[in-house]
Amino acid sequence: MELLEKVLKGDVLAAAKLIRGLEDGVPEAVAELENVYRHTGHAYIVGVSGAPGAGKSTLLGCLIGAFRKRNMKVGVVAIDPTSPLTGGAILGDRLRMQSHGADKDVFIRSLASRGWKGGLSRATMNTVHVMDAMGKDIIFLEAVGSGQGEVDFARVADTSVVVLVPGMGDEIQTMKAGIMEMADIFVINKSERDGAENLKMSLEAMLAMTTRQSGEWQPGIVLTEAILDKGTEPLAEEIMRHRAFLVSSGDMTKRRRRRAELELTMAVESALRNLMETTDGRYLAKLVDDLANRKTDPISAALKIINLPKT
Amino acid sequence: MGKPERKIRVLIAKPGLDGHDRGVKIVARAYRDAGFEVIYTGVHQTPEQIVNAAIQEDVDLVGMSCLSGAHLHLFSEVVRQLRERGSDITVVGGGIIPKEDAPKLKEAGIKEVFLPGTPLAQIITWTKENVTSK
Amino acid sequence: MFTEKTLRQMRDGMDKWLAEVRKALNSSSARKFSTVSDLDIKPIYTPEDIKDLDFASIGYPGFYPFTRGVQATGYRGRPWTIRLFSGFGTASDTNQRWHQLLKEGETGLSTAFDFPTLMGYDSDSPRARAEVGKCGVAIDTLADMEVLTEGIPLDKVSTSMTINPPASVLWAMYLAAAEKQGVGWDKVTGTIQNDMLKEFVAQKTFMCPPGPSIRLVSDTIEFGTKHVPRWNTISISGYHIREAGSTAVQELAFTLADGIAYVQDVINRKKMDVDDFAPRLSFFFNSHIDFFEEIAKFRAARRMWAKIMKERFKAKNPRSLWLRFHTQTAGCSLTAQQPFNNVIRTTTEALAAVLGGTQSLHTNSLDEVLALPSDFAVNIALRTQQVIAEETGVINTIDPLAGSYFVETLTNELEEKAWEYIEKIDKMGGMLAAIERGFPQLEIANAAYKFQQQIDSGEKIMTGVNKYQGGEETPMELLKIDEKVEAEQVKRLREIKRTRDNRKVAQKLDGLRSACKSDRNVMPYVIEAVREYATKQEICDVYREVFGEYRDPGFF
Repeated sequence: MELLEKVLKGDVLAAAKLIRGLEDGVPEAVAELENVYRHTGHAYIVGVSGAPGAGKSTLLGCLIGAFRKRNMKVGVVAIDPTSPLTGGAILGDRLRMQSHGADKDVFIRSLASRGWKGGLSRATMNTVHVMDAMGKDIIFLEAVGSGQGEVDFARVADTSVVVLVPGMGDEIQTMKAGIMEMADIFVINKSERDGAENLKMSLEAMLAMTTRQSGEWQPGIVLTEAILDKGTEPLAEEIMRHRAFLVSSGDMTKRRRRRAELELTMAVESALRNLMETTDGRYLAKLVDDLANRKTDPISAALKIINLPKT
Repeated sequence: MGKPERKIRVLIAKPGLDGHDRGVKIVARAYRDAGFEVIYTGVHQTPEQIVNAAIQEDVDLVGMSCLSGAHLHLFSEVVRQLRERGSDITVVGGGIIPKEDAPKLKEAGIKEVFLPGTPLAQIITWTKENVTSK
Repeated sequence: MFTEKTLRQMRDGMDKWLAEVRKALNSSSARKFSTVSDLDIKPIYTPEDIKDLDFASIGYPGFYPFTRGVQATGYRGRPWTIRLFSGFGTASDTNQRWHQLLKEGETGLSTAFDFPTLMGYDSDSPRARAEVGKCGVAIDTLADMEVLTEGIPLDKVSTSMTINPPASVLWAMYLAAAEKQGVGWDKVTGTIQNDMLKEFVAQKTFMCPPGPSIRLVSDTIEFGTKHVPRWNTISISGYHIREAGSTAVQELAFTLADGIAYVQDVINRKKMDVDDFAPRLSFFFNSHIDFFEEIAKFRAARRMWAKIMKERFKAKNPRSLWLRFHTQTAGCSLTAQQPFNNVIRTTTEALAAVLGGTQSLHTNSLDEVLALPSDFAVNIALRTQQVIAEETGVINTIDPLAGSYFVETLTNELEEKAWEYIEKIDKMGGMLAAIERGFPQLEIANAAYKFQQQIDSGEKIMTGVNKYQGGEETPMELLKIDEKVEAEQVKRLREIKRTRDNRKVAQKLDGLRSACKSDRNVMPYVIEAVREYATKQEICDVYREVFGEYRDPGFF
């Protein structure tokens, strides 16, 4: 209980430790989640995705400033890939937001993907929940854009922002990933570069082609130069405008429901994955042998594990 | 119960105005190659920025580098602020540090001082032996 | 280069030699023979290696392509300047050291500033806490500059200042101090480093973003061209790039690419003719521990820059084609272990610089891995140059290694590889664009990491560190900066702020602000502000305000 109280009061030390415990799957921390979750739902979640080099972190550094000016408490969850070879990671996003490093109302947390593909893991969601419970008004999620990852992000966030850069061949990527349907705001960063106008026109053309009903949200395109803090205000405005739209149209409820569904799916998947680890080693080995020797089939074997009586 | 995967998280920081980052970047890579998660704050950090980052990231180790001679003040200031805020994170340092300053730094709460020429393997081994995630 | 007969003779000899070698080495040696930058070196070089070399590409000293040197008379006509980088504590402390060095035979001054000064902060700024006077001298206002240059005839001694973001400010202070000495701007000589591009790439003392930083550089170049004709308004540097861990090829390529960017900017922005300002561009290289690689690098640099100025920029004035450079022996090659070994390292590195034809040379002191140089150590560094100049005979003839099968081949190889990098950077849109996407930074970080791994694995040796360790620990008297320096400096600064005409200062700063927002040259405004004893931070704060602040993007 004491830990929860601290978190609700905004105690960074306590919240950070809880986030760590959840990330590592420490039983005591996981037990706290139940209590923490009940206190979430206030924070507005913005997902920011885009290819490496698009300038997401720098852009976030600017956005933090914009929302601090609006007197909002800000949380950022920044995810970087874990090296599949070494299991280690360099979490370098924070670096570009460090100008806010001394602001008590900004909480930046770097996470390594730890093998999760698509950049959205339970650790990410749990971190968001803790920040939410702490009283953050707006939480930014940043990850490497990788097709599937961007789609997941879009399902989790209230507003999904996709960052593109002229000349990086982004047009093709966005079409493939189905991101056109999912993104709420497009940002063209490094917009001083050649090709920015062309990219904008391509985007506008593609958006015109995707079917949206009237009364639905029309995604906007914002041009920025994050390194010079240009375009930040219009972007912040656009995010707020989207939020207002969600509230007035009733879409907010739909999105939050969608997020809950995704979380449930992730939790179930995670629990199932755990089953493999917690099943008795010898039993597992025998099953694998049987499978290899064609004495059983994958589905039957899986059901055996799932239906094992809980010890 | 599932085995919790406890990775060691390390914060690498350059306090003060010294911008020489060749060493810290090498150490950061070495940590990554050894399986740690490394957060690098970049150059020109104030002690306050470093401490905030360390606490927010709930790291197990803070490693600082200073080549400008200001290490006695900067390193001890980081330790002081960390302890003041209730954090017991282990702090180590390296850079251009005369040998006779090492005991003073240790007195101020720096657990280990890595002098110029220390092999990377030594830093990694020391970390594995002295730093655990709590 | 050689007749067919000579080549045949040579090939016969080569076959015999190879047979002999194979007998002696039964198995191929596992050890790699390569330079510190990992260039593979053959056991022997012969006329075969340079048979296609056109003599014209070697040429004569003082003539295109300047491979053998920019001065026709070499060191016989004019020795290199012995210029030791120095500065610590207060202006008065440094002024003392300067007088001492001049007395001991130094022939040019070089200023080391402390970190607050390098970064544009005053000694009383909270960011300056514990850093004042530690790595160099603290200069807050013109008053400090006057003390620094006291007793030094500014019309006779040339002064180099290692300063980058606030270069315009410190230079203005120097010019104002010269005024006070009664020395006209047409007489002062010296250099300001003023090379912002390498800050973003390697040294990381940056303040404003790249765009405005280049503007300030071009402003100083324009001002110098018009008003301070004997001043080198930029020292395009490779030293720091190498110290950050780059290879020799990268040092060469990135430095020249920086040079290209600067020349292009001055031409575009100031509409100046290249021959107006190019003769006053200067360079600054590292002299690292691999002896021949460095000599080859210096020769290649001269040839490449001459080609760049002639072909790319169509310069007509022969002096525009000259690559004049200052060299510093490699700080990163020195060790904290067994520091006296550093004397030998510095000696061979200095020798390489001399054989490479440097115009000016700084030799590191043996204790620099631990602290700023003590009197004892700096004296040895100074004498090292004097022994080389007076006793070894290497200055008797110009570019003595020309024609060496090995050195000419190595020069060509470095040049070829450097061109590859420059072409790549050109394709990216030039150095500014390359820096924005982190290209040189990543190349350097990779090279640095690789080198460290080679040291840790023992593939490369550092005596006393990973081989031949142990030995007696010689107790050393290290230079200590008195903690009182900071308090003294702050007190002095406060006094100046109290007694100057603050209204005028505010006025001048306003004038500067407006100049920054326009495309007028900022130098006259900086000089006016400096004359009223505006502090360097007050001026830099105007820059920060108008141009923004640059944050480390942390390219790994």
